[in-house]
Amino acid sequence: MSIGLTHYLIVSAVLFSIGLYGALSRKNAIVILMCVEIMLNAANLSLVAFSRFITPDQLSGQTLAIFSIVVAAAEVSVGLAIIIALYRQRKNIDVSNINLLKW
Amino acid sequence: MHITSIPSELIWAVWLLPLAAFAIISPLIRPFPGKAEPASYISIAAVSLSLGLSLWLLASVWQMPDHQLLLSGFNWLNISGGPVFNFGLLIDPLSAIMLVVVNSVSLMVQIYSRAYMRSDPGYLRYFAFISLFTASMLGLITASNLLSTFVFWELVGLSSYLLIGFWFHRPAAAAAAKKAFLVTRIGDVGFLAAILLLYSHAGTLDITTLHSLAVTGAISASVLLWATLGLFLGAMGKSGQFPLHIWLPDAMEGPTPVSALIHAATMVAAGVFLVARMYPLFEAAPHALTIVAAIGAFTAVFAATMGLVMNDIKRVLAYSTISQLGLMMLGLATGGVWVGIFYLVNHAFFKALLFLGAGSVNHATGTFDLREMGGLRIKIPWTFACFILAAVSLAGIWPLAGFFSKEGVLSSAIDKQPVLFGLAIITTFMTAFYMFRVVFLVFGGQYRGSHGPHESSKTMLIPMVLLAIPAVASGWLNANGGFERLLNGAATHGFWLGVVGVLTHPMAWISLLVVGSGIFMAYAMYIRVWISPNRVKWIFRSLYAIFTRKYWMDDFYEKLIVGNLLYHGLFQAFQWLDKVVIDGAANSVAFVTTGASRMARRIQTGQFQLYGIVAVLGIVLIALIALVRG
Repeated sequence: MSIGLTHYLIVSAVLFSIGLYGALSRKNAIVILMCVEIMLNAANLSLVAFSRFITPDQLSGQTLAIFSIVVAAAEVSVGLAIIIALYRQRKNIDVSNINLLKW
Repeated sequence: MHITSIPSELIWAVWLLPLAAFAIISPLIRPFPGKAEPASYISIAAVSLSLGLSLWLLASVWQMPDHQLLLSGFNWLNISGGPVFNFGLLIDPLSAIMLVVVNSVSLMVQIYSRAYMRSDPGYLRYFAFISLFTASMLGLITASNLLSTFVFWELVGLSSYLLIGFWFHRPAAAAAAKKAFLVTRIGDVGFLAAILLLYSHAGTLDITTLHSLAVTGAISASVLLWATLGLFLGAMGKSGQFPLHIWLPDAMEGPTPVSALIHAATMVAAGVFLVARMYPLFEAAPHALTIVAAIGAFTAVFAATMGLVMNDIKRVLAYSTISQLGLMMLGLATGGVWVGIFYLVNHAFFKALLFLGAGSVNHATGTFDLREMGGLRIKIPWTFACFILAAVSLAGIWPLAGFFSKEGVLSSAIDKQPVLFGLAIITTFMTAFYMFRVVFLVFGGQYRGSHGPHESSKTMLIPMVLLAIPAVASGWLNANGGFERLLNGAATHGFWLGVVGVLTHPMAWISLLVVGSGIFMAYAMYIRVWISPNRVKWIFRSLYAIFTRKYWMDDFYEKLIVGNLLYHGLFQAFQWLDKVVIDGAANSVAFVTTGASRMARRIQTGQFQLYGIVAVLGIVLIALIALVRG
């Protein structure tokens, strides 16, 4: 049995679900950030897989994945900066305490 | 003698000239509030020119074969695909005569006002308003379309409001102006309703077209009845017919020359004129004329009784005007347009003269109270001469003007409405009595006041003397039936046999006898004191109370209608409706909204992970729906 598009997509979906679960359930802001990264990478994986199997003679998916990685890197740096600022303010990075935007 | 017919541009000038005077004077009120002599020259010049033109116009109309001149004017309102409302002039004998009367009375009043208002701080404002008043009345008279008639009708109401409340810093004057405006407004609702009704059934508001439609029977009788009743309601408001007469005595709060103008030519004449103008409609409507006659005759007696007991000279004259207007309505309804208008014309001159005389008496004595006058025949002989001529004319003594117009009303009333003729005869008696009561109290006996009376200046006396000429002689206009022929097409009455020949008719002697006994009774009570007025007062004390309290009409309106019915009844009901129903609906909407949102906002926990879960669940749900529905 050769490895095809389905397998990549299954891996991608599993990764995405793990990331989503972590992002919605964990309380530590850094962990949430990491989980978001996992979801992004799941998306990158499926991009590359689609590109490889559907349009093998073009590199569009791979190019998009590179862009996505760059954006993710920038996003991580901003996110970590926010978390540091938050820590300095509250000595705590538990997201359940960050609930000022409510009624 | 042939007179060149007046060019149509100059006919427009008849009512545009006083309007122009108003337009010139009114911007000057602010910069020159007080005395500014030239302003009065502007308005007097305008109305003199206008009088000259209207005399020329009357002569032109006189010699025209069909006596009618219709200036199409311009399309004022042009509703696309719909009606066209034309702003034109309708000149017929009726309007031509009225133009001359209004202009001549207005001219005399304005000359008189130059002296009477000399030291008033509102001198300019006065002349601006009086020009506007004259212009709107002239416009009303000449309008060829019922809609433009209504516009001028309201302008007349507005300018009378401004002039009655001329001394608006006096609470009584402000209240009187408001009362006049509101009470006439009730009548105007009827007028407007009649306009709408006529328009919806006839499709036009052109007066001559309406006349021909009414004559040919193109408008159904019931529509005509309601329309004429609406028109008459408007006329009742303006002409002070019962039960809308209550504003007229209060209107005495205005300057006396204004009262002269209102009572003679402009305001109250508008109602009589409207009935005369729409007379073919009244003729075609069943019973409309009977109602007009009944209300007119009742008003005549009703107002005369109050005139008997008033102690204010202007109020006696005011009730006299209401009473005379009632007789005009009776004359219109029983004798046709010419009887009513003939009365209106004669009345305009002698009533204006009486008011100017009252103003002159006030100038001399500083009061309007009859109890503080007396013996003035020596002190102010010119005023006395003019006043007594006007009073004799109003009472109706041959050969003065009032006699002839009264004969017209009485003899046509006895033909058509014998019962109402009885009321008219009673009114004639009371008119003679109260007019001579005033004459004897003011000019007879000894002076009872403390003012040091003096004759008025020439500026005031000259207009009075000039007005005395028509007040004596305007009745002779119809000596050979000329007035009637002009308005009626033909002299049909058969009763008019010249100035002297009229005395061959028994009616003349009946009315002279009644008038004579009225005058004699006043003489007996107030000069000879054979019968003491106080004793008469005591014997008829209940009647006296009713008359002095004006039949409690004012109290009735104020307490019962305004106080109980409107203020405590209708307005309270409106307030309840507003508070409970309207506010309640608005408040409950707000209450439900806040309550619902108070619950709904609990969802917004601020926990972004919860929002994420909801979003994911939503996506899953959408995906599931997409899967199931294929």
